[in-house]
Amino acid sequence: MIELAHFQLLSAALFCLGLYGVLARRSAVLVLMSIELMLNAVNINVVGYAALGGFDDFHRALGHVIVVFVITIAAAELALAIAIILRLYRNKNTVNVDEIDLLKG
Amino acid sequence: MTGSLGFFYLASVLVIVGGILVVTTRNIVYAAFALLVSMLGTAGIFLLAFAEFLAIVQILIYGGAVVIVVLFALMLTRIEDFRKLSQNNRWYLAAIASIALFLMLVIFTLSTSVPTSDRQGVSIKELGEHLFTYWAVPFEVASIVLLIALIGAIVLVKRNVSGSKHEGGSRLHD
Repeated sequence: MIELAHFQLLSAALFCLGLYGVLARRSAVLVLMSIELMLNAVNINVVGYAALGGFDDFHRALGHVIVVFVITIAAAELALAIAIILRLYRNKNTVNVDEIDLLKG
Repeated sequence: MTGSLGFFYLASVLVIVGGILVVTTRNIVYAAFALLVSMLGTAGIFLLAFAEFLAIVQILIYGGAVVIVVLFALMLTRIEDFRKLSQNNRWYLAAIASIALFLMLVIFTLSTSVPTSDRQGVSIKELGEHLFTYWAVPFEVASIVLLIALIGAIVLVKRNVSGSKHEGGSRLHD
């Protein structure tokens, strides 16, 4: 029997893995992949609640609609972020997020 | 019902192992394929929550588009440098922060009880009806956001081929 807590714990574990990747990785592309992991963790949580949370039809469908929007925004964000990373690489010749400190005084 | 729990654990192992490989492996191409494994596991989780449409979308978008785009980005930036910039030297602080957050989430999850029901899905027909009646305006706005983001990405990476020909209109110089 799948419980809601299973979805919640899986989501928490994946979110924390993504958080570790965002904080610890140096390459901007890897940071981006970790952000995708965190967005996926949120999606798993929302889908779990929609399936097992005991909601009526409207709110169950709303959970799935939210996941569709999250996937859309994640795709848009990924395209823009990859474009920015390629631009940075062309201008500064690095993708190391520690070396990108143009705004430092 | 125990069979579905077995499948849930199988998909969870795919998701978690893929995630661990994404954040720890030193070879960046392996990280991209580990991301694919993790996304396919997520699609399995969606199937077990009776979200068939979302599982299909997950495989199409992440398996088809996102991993390919990430691989493109990896190939277009210098690949030999990635070995030495895989982890920064304060990674243990990041590990402490994420493990602390995980323990906090586990404690909160196990100490609160939420009213639950049996597993109920949303059929594709039902989801489409909701998406195009109640949420039609947000849906259109999301598609415009996606379009503008893609056009913006093209404008950002476009090289100035013709030099000074379009100097007046172009604001992006190399």
